[in-house]
Amino acid sequence: MLPRVGYETVKQSTREEQWAAWLRLAIKGDAQAYNRFLVDVTPQLRRMARRRCDQFGAPASEAEDVVQEVLLAIHLKRGTWDPSRPLGPWLATIVRNKLVDSLRRRGRHVNVPIEDVADFLKAADETHEAADRIDTETILARLKDPQRDIVRSISIEGQGIRETAARLKMTEVAVRVALHRALKSLAALYRSE
Amino acid sequence: MKTDDLITLMTHDAPVSMRYSRVLALALGASVVFSAALLVGTVGLRHNMASVFETWRVLFKIVITLVLAVLAARLAVRIGRPGAEIRLTALSLGVPLIMVVAAVVVELSVLPEDAWRASLVGQNALFCLFFVPVLSLAPFAGLFWALKKGAPENPAAAGAAAGLAAGAIAAAIYAWHCPDDSPLFLATWYVIAIASVSAVGALLGRRWLRW
Repeated sequence: MLPRVGYETVKQSTREEQWAAWLRLAIKGDAQAYNRFLVDVTPQLRRMARRRCDQFGAPASEAEDVVQEVLLAIHLKRGTWDPSRPLGPWLATIVRNKLVDSLRRRGRHVNVPIEDVADFLKAADETHEAADRIDTETILARLKDPQRDIVRSISIEGQGIRETAARLKMTEVAVRVALHRALKSLAALYRSE
Repeated sequence: MKTDDLITLMTHDAPVSMRYSRVLALALGASVVFSAALLVGTVGLRHNMASVFETWRVLFKIVITLVLAVLAARLAVRIGRPGAEIRLTALSLGVPLIMVVAAVVVELSVLPEDAWRASLVGQNALFCLFFVPVLSLAPFAGLFWALKKGAPENPAAAGAAAGLAAGAIAAAIYAWHCPDDSPLFLATWYVIAIASVSAVGALLGRRWLRW
């Protein structure tokens, strides 16, 4: 048993170092490193969120909302991580706080028929995301004007900042600012739900 | 919305505009300068500051408010950082508390009993209660602005810490004007003023510092 624990710990810490390295680059503006970080962190978050939602009997789509909320918290608060310190304690605290917060808010209206739980157990492949509970159009409808176009352009149509700016006749800086605001609005939207 | 789409959005927003440590430094630096200028520009420094500086009561008043301001600001700075150590930082506030209690005991033992009342009431108690909160406005606003960008685990506690730090900074600035030097005065009116700002911070923090 012991060697296995040791092995897991080593694996955990190298992964943490890798995440820290990516996030350090991301803060300086390396989008590719940031993407690697987010793509690698998400399945872990998903596993945690599903385990918790499972305890409440909440559907996987709710767990996916929780995952998105935690991701947004990591994104909007990443400036509070001091890159000269280890990432683990920061990440664990922020994930735990948001997870608890998000589940508590949802806990009030958790009422799931048993068949749904059974279905969920059959389809418990955590690397695949569940059906989105709030669909993109609903979210877009609640965003203000330049933000909506920018979110649509980047997330759905897969355009970059430059193409989006050119098409909307905005400067790249304005697009970046609006995108950041849109992400803040998304977080607020989840909070108010 | 698909999580992959969300990740795409966040990827395009990779750079951090201003790191949290800089936000905090800016908030504290600018607000301290502003409040100090406010004191100098309105009521001014105490006219006989140089001559009274060597008396232990004045020195104590300057040092204790400064110690409290530094320790409380340290707590406010850490409380918005997930995973930062805050328990020992909070406990360190016991140091100025013990210093005040000790100074009160000394003051009571050196002053004759019939002078206690006059020392406690002082000359300017009401002004102290008014001006310390006024001087705390800028650091209060600055720290709230900064903490809004932070991620405090407990918003009410973070607001209280911000209020405590703002009140203590204000007191440390006001001490350079204040004509009342007795630790009895300090332990009463300064404490009431700082505690009020901290209480307001807790109330506003509960509402404003959620994230």
